[in-house]
Amino acid sequence: MTEPVLLRNVDMPDGHLLATYEAGGGYQALAKAVHEHTPDEIIDLVKKSNLRGRGGAGFPTGMKWSFVPKRAGKPKYLCCNADEGEPGTFKDRIIMERDPHQLIEGMAISGYAIGAETAYVYIRGEYALAIRRLEQALAEAHAKGYLGKRILGSDFNFTVHIHCGAGAYICGEETAMLDALEGKRAQPRLKPPFPAVEGLYASPTVINNVETLACVPHIVARGPDWFRGIGPDKSPGPKLYCLSGQVRKPGLYELPMGIPLRELVEDHAGGPLPGRKIKAVIPGGVSAPLIPERGLDVGMDFDSLAAAGSMLGSAGVIVIDDSTCMVKVATRIIEFFHHESCGKCTPCREGLNWVVKVLRRVEAGQGGPGDLEQLEALCKGIFGNTFCALGDGAAMGLRAALTHFEHEFVAHIEERRCPFH
Amino acid sequence: MREKIEVAAARYPDQRSAIMPALLIAQKEHGHLPGPVLEEVADILGVERIWVYELATFYTLFRIEPVGVFHLQLCDNVSCMLRGSEDLLRHLEAVLGIKKDGTTLDGLFTLSTVECLGACEMAPVMQVGDDYHGGLDIARIDALLERLRAMTGQAIGADPATTTPPGE
Repeated sequence: MTEPVLLRNVDMPDGHLLATYEAGGGYQALAKAVHEHTPDEIIDLVKKSNLRGRGGAGFPTGMKWSFVPKRAGKPKYLCCNADEGEPGTFKDRIIMERDPHQLIEGMAISGYAIGAETAYVYIRGEYALAIRRLEQALAEAHAKGYLGKRILGSDFNFTVHIHCGAGAYICGEETAMLDALEGKRAQPRLKPPFPAVEGLYASPTVINNVETLACVPHIVARGPDWFRGIGPDKSPGPKLYCLSGQVRKPGLYELPMGIPLRELVEDHAGGPLPGRKIKAVIPGGVSAPLIPERGLDVGMDFDSLAAAGSMLGSAGVIVIDDSTCMVKVATRIIEFFHHESCGKCTPCREGLNWVVKVLRRVEAGQGGPGDLEQLEALCKGIFGNTFCALGDGAAMGLRAALTHFEHEFVAHIEERRCPFH
Repeated sequence: MREKIEVAAARYPDQRSAIMPALLIAQKEHGHLPGPVLEEVADILGVERIWVYELATFYTLFRIEPVGVFHLQLCDNVSCMLRGSEDLLRHLEAVLGIKKDGTTLDGLFTLSTVECLGACEMAPVMQVGDDYHGGLDIARIDALLERLRAMTGQAIGADPATTTPPGE
């Protein structure tokens, strides 16, 4: 894959305008979908493409769509999860700021496939420029008949509304996002029922990430075989990688799914800062367990990273070099999860509070001999015992730091200070 | 405010869904969300007051307490921390003469740290109003504070057109 697909327009000065999008063949996939395909055929194309959700969980998108009942007797909804909150992740922001029509076209085709006439984009309230650009793009698309009633002369009606979030990481969890959209505190729901059957306003609902939806027009335009030809067959497609941290060229990179993490960090992002060595890399946002330098040859796809004990998550790749204290990194990560715990279940709410206290004490050189055992016991009490994946993510992240960098934790306790200060 | 809230509410089949957008509108208008404003929002939408209170006290973007003219929101999550956000926080505290979560005596600046702003490619990042300021170091922070101070001499609350929007 040499030519960019998802980032085709982002470096153009007017990439966010309809004229730019149309000049590159934009909205032709929507026309093809509504004129040449039935909704079921679109679902089938997406199934055949093996597209998996880019929000973090990697669930097969076509399969998710096929769970929506055909005759529900209720309106169906499409929700775009644009509440990008996973630390280290900024890909959805850049799509919405610089190529919002790609998302809108993807939403329209997806809405057609599942039989939804109304969609909501749940977007981070902080993303002021993305919100403005998306509003502008929606107005342009309406005026040109790509949204609204009888789209492009078909029987398909579709409207997209923007819903600005107000700051809650937990909204990345799809059922918590539905509660937020319904005007409640964002707390995950018990599943089943799954959103495809009973989601927003107890109606069938599909929730997809921005990047996932942005892939859809390309699959319709170029066919599922093209998509499957990029990267590993079970986890294919063009992929956006967010590079940040202690690396020479932080930024957003579009490369095939499955590219080795080492190639991504050392070749594309320029490797470590001058005079430094890479110590570890977090491959998929802070929920993804870190990988020590010796493990960087792993492929950046859902299955390879899972086999390596981590996860692709949101592909927020955070590079950490040898000047950085891993106890401090672990503490900051758990402070984040503690702050963002929605408070619904005890192991997450209370457990993370406890973990933060122990980690802060260790980092400050005031840890005791039993503290590492205490941390492990707390991870055990949290992992698998929480309502949603937030607690699991925290416990897995801490365990990875404890496993690979135990010597740094021990040094803090034995020397009664942080060796990096 | 009422008119804007009613326009937003028309997007939803259920008025309760409009509480979050209504609170964002109310906060833009009033700067923060004291009790009487929350009650007004509840009355405009015709929803239970407790539904409004519980959102205003759950989501981090909602402010019950007033803030300064410029709310400096420095990201201190991992990617920004790895690029020096701690030094920037210490510097801001020193030059403003306040601690984190404090407001300067002249009411110009409130200093907070926030979780990941989703702009890690330009870490360290700080949000002021609607704008993101990335690639910060001490010199750039000083220049930014200077620009913000100069703006108050002109029109407080106007769109800070001198700053660069994110990604530009």
